[in-house]
Amino acid sequence: MKLVPIAALLAVALASPAAVAQKKYDPGANDKEIRIGNTNPYSGPASSYGTIGKGIGAYFKMVNEKGGINGRKVVWISYDDSYSPPKTVEMVRKLVEQDQVLLLFQTLGTPGNTAIHKYMNSKKVPQSFVATGATKWNDPRNFPWTMGFQPNYQTEGRIYAQHILQNNPKAKIGILYQNDDYGKDYLKGFKDGLGDKTSMIVKEVSYEVSDPTVDSQIVQLQASGADTFFNITIPKFAAQAIRKAYDTGWKPTHYLNNVSASVGSVLTPAGLEKSVGLISTNYLKDPTDPQWKSDPAMMEWEAFMKKYYPEGSMTDPFNVYAYAVAHTLHQVLKQSGDNLTRANVMKQAASLKGFRPETLLPGIRINTDAGDFAPIESEQLVRFNGVTFQRFGPIIGK
Amino acid sequence: MSRRQLIPVAVLLLAACALPLLVSDYRVFQFNLVLVYAIALLGLNILTGYNGQISLGHGAFYAIGAYCAAILMDKYGVPYWATLPVAGAVCLLVGFLFGLPALRLEGLYLALATFALGVSLPSLLKYHHIEKWTGGVQGIVINKPEPPFGLPINADQWLYYFTLAVAVLMFVLAWNLLRGRIGRALVAIRDQHIAAEAMGINTAMVKSLAFGVSAMYTGVAGALGAIAIQYVAPDSFNIFVSIVFLVGIVIGGLASISGAIYGALFIQFVPNIADEISKAAPWAIFGIFLLGFVYLMPMGVAGAVRMALARLQRKAQNR
Amino acid sequence: MDAFLHQVLAGLATGGIYASLALALVMIYQATHLVNFAQGEMAMFATYFAWSLINAGVPYWPAFLLTVIFAFVLGVLIERVIIRPVENSPVLAVVVVFIALLVILNSVTGWIFTYTIKSFPSPFPAEPVFGKYMSAHEGGAIGVTLVVLLLLYAFFRFTPLGLALRAAAQNPESARLVGIRVGWMLALGWGLAAAIGGVAGMMVAPIVYLDPNMMGGVLLYAFAAALVGGIDNPAGAVFGGFLVGVLENVLGAFVIGNELKLAVALVLIIGVLVVKPSGFFGKVFVTRV
Repeated sequence: MKLVPIAALLAVALASPAAVAQKKYDPGANDKEIRIGNTNPYSGPASSYGTIGKGIGAYFKMVNEKGGINGRKVVWISYDDSYSPPKTVEMVRKLVEQDQVLLLFQTLGTPGNTAIHKYMNSKKVPQSFVATGATKWNDPRNFPWTMGFQPNYQTEGRIYAQHILQNNPKAKIGILYQNDDYGKDYLKGFKDGLGDKTSMIVKEVSYEVSDPTVDSQIVQLQASGADTFFNITIPKFAAQAIRKAYDTGWKPTHYLNNVSASVGSVLTPAGLEKSVGLISTNYLKDPTDPQWKSDPAMMEWEAFMKKYYPEGSMTDPFNVYAYAVAHTLHQVLKQSGDNLTRANVMKQAASLKGFRPETLLPGIRINTDAGDFAPIESEQLVRFNGVTFQRFGPIIGK
Repeated sequence: MSRRQLIPVAVLLLAACALPLLVSDYRVFQFNLVLVYAIALLGLNILTGYNGQISLGHGAFYAIGAYCAAILMDKYGVPYWATLPVAGAVCLLVGFLFGLPALRLEGLYLALATFALGVSLPSLLKYHHIEKWTGGVQGIVINKPEPPFGLPINADQWLYYFTLAVAVLMFVLAWNLLRGRIGRALVAIRDQHIAAEAMGINTAMVKSLAFGVSAMYTGVAGALGAIAIQYVAPDSFNIFVSIVFLVGIVIGGLASISGAIYGALFIQFVPNIADEISKAAPWAIFGIFLLGFVYLMPMGVAGAVRMALARLQRKAQNR
Repeated sequence: MDAFLHQVLAGLATGGIYASLALALVMIYQATHLVNFAQGEMAMFATYFAWSLINAGVPYWPAFLLTVIFAFVLGVLIERVIIRPVENSPVLAVVVVFIALLVILNSVTGWIFTYTIKSFPSPFPAEPVFGKYMSAHEGGAIGVTLVVLLLLYAFFRFTPLGLALRAAAQNPESARLVGIRVGWMLALGWGLAAAIGGVAGMMVAPIVYLDPNMMGGVLLYAFAAALVGGIDNPAGAVFGGFLVGVLENVLGAFVIGNELKLAVALVLIIGVLVVKPSGFFGKVFVTRV
């Protein structure tokens, strides 16, 4: 008889508000699921990036099959915005207001993210780990709900400029850049890195994504007498540029932006022998690089691709990127535990200390804090030797 | 307009006014875009539907109107409602000036010329010498207007009503224009160019004016669109915008005012529906929708509605 | 001077790309009096077919031949199944059908093959044959375009079938009266245009790399080239292609810079058309009231 009051007391204690209050939810999260929203260019001129959205979806499918995050299934809602900002705005409003997602993740493209920047911050919904290398996403004071992910383009441009200043101070530099925010961001960083020596640039030519080829631009650069070439192009045009430069007999010191530093997607179509000596930076492991053949993290990635994203390309580094960034959000949500409020998710995202998805190059870590919304800030210079991207020099950055 | 025609219009107007109070903000935003596209399509229809001059580049006028609004609001602090007449006037002029040399071009050649305009406008907007005003590749971010006089509605709803008012005004103007002498001249030039000329219509002036007025409508739509989206960037206005506008007027119904509304609903909602049906190849589904609409309703939705109504009327008469 | 020559030759190489697609556009115009905006996507789709064959181990020239046949059949099927229902609809409705075809082909290709670029082999030797200015493939591609041009010219000028095709397009009623099966002429025209497009795609892909958006940028130039040379004149289209390629390169390198070269090139072309509305070599049509 005495057991009943004790049992009743225990029951009351266990069910007390103090225990239940540990679970906190904002719209988009509950006991069963976490809703994550995204826009990606699955069609249109930037559609080669769409594989990132698909890769992330496949990652969360894998997570769900393994039990989800803290017992909750991830609902991944990704819409096509064709890289068109008006469409991005519309789809993001749908995700936030109609689909009621907890947060936005890896929205792709500088113009689209610019268009939704103010909206996300006024609605206080996380615009997390945006898929662009523009510099403006690291501004926690003014935009506390927006966070970048990859090393930004300006930093990378500066790294190349400094390398040139150290190794070839009399260089004559020619630049090919894509005439949009991505190309111009790299250009700015590069010029900032040269400081007062921007006169080293003897020729600067641009191209549009809608151009069929950049052959004419390469011919112009060669004719300018440049002996150093900074190549700011996306994979399709990077391959064309590398091949054309070689074919016309132009042999500059060739710096290639990280976006196109892929053995499988760029150097192989261009011709491996034509790409020898290419310098770039990397922060991820290249899936076609023989030095990672027996690397456990890359083998795990390959198994993931075969099982969950078989139609994805095994040579495309975008798919390694997708895996790494999805892994990062996975970590953030795991750290959030049962406190799935938007504020807490941002707090956890801003508390990553030395976190390493193992598909990152050795030595590169993810670090964030309340004043530092740039997760990856370090890169490694690499040089192509005909077979693989060989790392050289120290890890640059934080 | 006869009383019989007035009733459905009044009902439609009433429904349009009630809409924001019944649906979520996101839907209000979408219907706001529908109104914007309806004005743009009406403009294109004046030129291509009524006057037979094909334009594959109307996205360019949409862009010019949008940038007018954005630059005035961002750089000169002009209030949003005052940007509309400026956008309209600029586009009227540009359209007219484009229409003049275009007089020498017919059919395919005009299509190419307008296609060229549509394709090259993004690179013109990115041109670094005018970057100071256009914001270059970064674009321009603008602020959403707040409801005036402290009205008890939110910004989305206010913008919708504002756009609705402008749309009604422009539709009434177009209706007046098209059923009068100029409208008949437009159609005469389209159907029987030489006879129209022989009858004394100043075809050169009418055709150039048609270009101007058409551009003006689409330019005003562009300005309203920029205010709704709150952002303009050169790559938002690529050739696909022009192509979608053309698709809109054909699906909606050429040479028809109501066609502009049907077309606007189509181009706003069908891509979203296609995306829900197939994540893998949404534009293929959109293409199939296009084929379906064109096969079943070659005269557009407006044409099909007209035929259906005529059939109903005949049935009623035969009783 | 060396730089100028280099740009001109590079322009001829890119011009060859435009010319090859322009030929397909002229072909379809000759057969139907319409410009098919989906021609580029059909060419791209055929090239992916070739890529699949080559990837499966089929040697180049048999794959080439099979692709040309595939493209031909595809063109005929498209005409019979998709275009026929709108034969008597207003012209703009047909244009919308072309646009539908364009987005369907682009979207389906991206879905099946993904959007990552693929390299496509060239039948020509890899070593530069014309010095550093033009690769063997670029020269070879121009050669192939000229061969196709000659075949087309001979077909239209010297064969009864070619004559029947042109008659069916120009005056369907009269053509029917003399016993020409107009429907099948249209289908034949579509098949031939698609086949030419397939050849164009296979020549273009080694230069620009294969991806679903490969032909998107080329279409405008091909359209301009076809018109500036005279839309009913295959030789004019090829001339137009080379002209556009060289003009674009020279303008970009020496006159206006790369940002505006597209706009300026197009303005010049339209200027030509305003002065000479039928293009350089087109026939002038006089309409009677």
